[in-house]
Amino acid sequence: MAGDAEAKRTFTRRALFLGGVQVAAGVLLTGRMAWLALAENEKYALASEANRVDLRLIPPRRGWIVDAAGLPLAENRPAYGVELIPALAGDIEAALATIGAIVPLAAEDRARINTDIAARPKSVPVSVATDIGWEAYAALNLRLADMAGLQPVRSFVRSYPQGSAFGHVLGYVGPPTAEQFRESRDALLLFPGFRIGKDGVEKALEPVLRGEAGARRVEVNARGRIIRDLDTRPDTPGKAVRLTLDRGLQAHAAARVGDGSASIVVIDCQTGDIKCLLSNPAFDPNVFSNRIPSALWKALQASDHKPLLNKSLQGLYVPGSTYKPVTALAALGAGVPPSDSVVCNGRYRMGSNTWHCHGRHGVVDMRRAIAKSCNVYFYTMARRIGNDAVAAMARTMGLGQRFELPMPSQRRGTIPDEAWKLQRFGKPWTAAETLNSCIGQGDVQVNPLQLAVMTARLASGMMVLPRLLADAPAVAFEPLPLPADQLAVVRQGMFDVVNGPGGTARASRLRLADVAMGGKTGTAQVRRITAAERRRGVIRNEALPWKLRDHALFIGFAPADAPRYAISVVAEHGGSGAGAAAPLARDVLTFLFDRERAEKDLAATITERERKARAAARAAEAAAAAAAATSAAPDDDEDRAGGPG
Amino acid sequence: MLLNARWPQRILALPWGIILLIVAIGGFGLVVLYSAAGGSMRPWASAQGTRFAVLLLAMLMLSQVDARLWLRFAYPIYAIVLAALVGVEALGAISGGSQRWLDLGFIRLQPSEFMKLAIILALARFYHYLPRGYVGRLAGMWPPLAMIAVPAALVMLQPDLGTALMIVAGGLSVMFLGGLPLRWIFGPGAALVAALPVVFNLLHDYQKRRVLIFLDPESDPLGSGYHITQSKIAIGSGGLTGKGFLQGTQSHLEYLPEQHTDFVFATMAEEWGLVGGALLLLAFGIVLNWGLRVAMRAETMFVRLVAGGLSMTLFFYVLINVAMVMGLAPVVGIPLPLVSWGGSAMMTVLILMGILLGMNRQKREPLE
Repeated sequence: MAGDAEAKRTFTRRALFLGGVQVAAGVLLTGRMAWLALAENEKYALASEANRVDLRLIPPRRGWIVDAAGLPLAENRPAYGVELIPALAGDIEAALATIGAIVPLAAEDRARINTDIAARPKSVPVSVATDIGWEAYAALNLRLADMAGLQPVRSFVRSYPQGSAFGHVLGYVGPPTAEQFRESRDALLLFPGFRIGKDGVEKALEPVLRGEAGARRVEVNARGRIIRDLDTRPDTPGKAVRLTLDRGLQAHAAARVGDGSASIVVIDCQTGDIKCLLSNPAFDPNVFSNRIPSALWKALQASDHKPLLNKSLQGLYVPGSTYKPVTALAALGAGVPPSDSVVCNGRYRMGSNTWHCHGRHGVVDMRRAIAKSCNVYFYTMARRIGNDAVAAMARTMGLGQRFELPMPSQRRGTIPDEAWKLQRFGKPWTAAETLNSCIGQGDVQVNPLQLAVMTARLASGMMVLPRLLADAPAVAFEPLPLPADQLAVVRQGMFDVVNGPGGTARASRLRLADVAMGGKTGTAQVRRITAAERRRGVIRNEALPWKLRDHALFIGFAPADAPRYAISVVAEHGGSGAGAAAPLARDVLTFLFDRERAEKDLAATITERERKARAAARAAEAAAAAAAATSAAPDDDEDRAGGPG
Repeated sequence: MLLNARWPQRILALPWGIILLIVAIGGFGLVVLYSAAGGSMRPWASAQGTRFAVLLLAMLMLSQVDARLWLRFAYPIYAIVLAALVGVEALGAISGGSQRWLDLGFIRLQPSEFMKLAIILALARFYHYLPRGYVGRLAGMWPPLAMIAVPAALVMLQPDLGTALMIVAGGLSVMFLGGLPLRWIFGPGAALVAALPVVFNLLHDYQKRRVLIFLDPESDPLGSGYHITQSKIAIGSGGLTGKGFLQGTQSHLEYLPEQHTDFVFATMAEEWGLVGGALLLLAFGIVLNWGLRVAMRAETMFVRLVAGGLSMTLFFYVLINVAMVMGLAPVVGIPLPLVSWGGSAMMTVLILMGILLGMNRQKREPLE
């Protein structure tokens, strides 16, 4: 059949064609495979290895922070948490419900967990709860067998045994920000639960404290389960940091201040060691180590006691009369003999204005002027030597300066002089400003650390520089560019403030047999006293709302005859330096010389404080007038400066 | 004498080289499945081995079936399989899900698998009896097109793009071999290419996504593109000679999805390398070449077309699966014959080989 033969030829041709197609396909497939396996072998071998091997970081343990005696201020405590691998867990909601039965999970926790799960590959563990306590951890461990994807984890959490007493010095640790990761590109910052220093020493010494992460190379399967360990490089813990602080002293000071808003700085005059750097009230860094509760954060921000501000370094205050020793030293340096006297009849006239003193002191020389805090004497001397001499002396004493400390920030404050005035306001300096500045009012602004340094320099005669790191090499200080006898005059005046007849801080003498304290009170106006008010009679501090009361200041040193410690105290809105600040200084310094005595006093103070609080509560309950119930410290002699009247 | 008896002679006459090659491919498949299970006969290798042995026996028995019988029952077989296909479709619609199999209690049968073979037999029969002059006419063209389109559409509805593709490709191969004028092939071919966007729109969303991700696997590294990416990593990291038996990390650590079914070629390539892959492809090539030669030597149209069509069906299995695994084709569910774990495909392929062996036996004999 011709048709059949034709059909067979067609068939054969087409079958041969399809055979060719098959051969071509075979060549194509083999070629493709050769391309993948040979030409691109390196790339895919790497990808396969990247799949197989997972580098798991071992976060380093953070270095301890200890006080001068080696007592821990910041340490690490073991913490237990729970993670979930979504790829293994199956039904996430059911898994969370099971975990929730052991560890309560709030709605916001669940929201965060679900966000985390959605944002990451399913094989990456998601933190469900941290710091759940050992019992919950043990309970979860029992569920391991029947819950896939559950991972109890052990880690370390920063712990601050002294709580808020060292809040501002130490700062706190918290999770790194996305920006910090972008800058450093350090994978450690992405490690769940890893914390870095956010403030204080924790922030300033972060590189020392952090240490180096270790790593574990593990073989993982596609679902993130670890098949076996390949090798491990151990972590290097951060180095311990020893501070010059005295844990007992600062804790004592914090307890003494209680709820009050105050800053207390104690410096060792010989070494510059900062023994106490208290800013109260503060936050509890233990709470900040974990997630900061937003309600707490709001409360801290809203509080008028400013618990988030490190007052000892960043709080700026008008120094008031604590500035007078500077003016006195400036006068001596300018050649004014300490015996030069001034007659104080309660007022000082300059042009058509009258400047007030807070008493009629009669004939005062320098020593008496300091002891009595006589404004008229300092007005007279400051006008004689000029303001710039006073400002220069203030800088020599350490005011208006920042010091080398492992702290993230310090505020410099202001020591006003002619150049400053011109630059700031474009106006020439006036004599009225000289009068205001020389008694530490007006534009003069200092921080408590500067006041303490000033006191230490005055007490030791050395250019004391404060230090906070105990293991830093000690440097010998230069002597101050002042003759010893001039310093002695001022120190004598300050001795009289506390111990002399009619001294402003006589009530705060150290109650110790062999140690005396020298010092100077100060009261810094928060509001301006108007002429009308002055005519009516100045309103007593206790009658004012807290925010409008004067700041109470005190600087001191002890022992008076061979000064070892210098102290500065600022009690915000405390009323008067003598009434609120000097007793604090007395009790804190007592701790350094007679610890037992100090603790007994503190116990009595706390009992009294509680009695008053109960009384106040009762009074409030009875809806009695608040003023009647809470009469505070006795009204000491005021060193309030007078404005133009 | 036993050797002169009828049965032993018929058995001895079989092309044992090809049969041994089939056994070798299947045996290699078992080795790969053994490794895929982490060096264990369970759960895959032992079950697959048993199945393979039983189906090999069935293949030898089918090889004794007369070509005349296949010719006679080509349409009834097609009709039964088509009815079964409609049946599962209806049942699937009733149960409210996609259902592809008939559960006979001891085995689940996918009618669509049998359709791959039935379409070849039915079309071969159609062309066998079709007068030469009608091959290029409408009257000679719409019945085969309908015979292809109806089951393909039903399978598409399941939805099973891979199997539908296989049915269409197998059917068109028979039409091509049957002598369809070239203008009827290239014309509609061009039209089909032009119609691709329309076809694309008819696909299910997940199928569309697969096609898009095929074109750019890195666009979805953790989702559907994951399959292709991980498969390429497995093959590429195998290199020339592979990582060694039981040493494949991609498969053992479960990065490679479906390591024992559709992506078994990648599992194999990771451990045996380019050498293993090329040898496996060569083995398939020899079987395919033998199938085409059976077709070309045959005296009757039916045997030619059945042998050629089945050979092409086997070819499409291998081509689509391996191309997909290497990232040359979208991911459609087509197993690698004799190697992938699973009963249905293995049954189809060994039945195919059984029929092919039968055709080989009768290539010289007239059918009537």
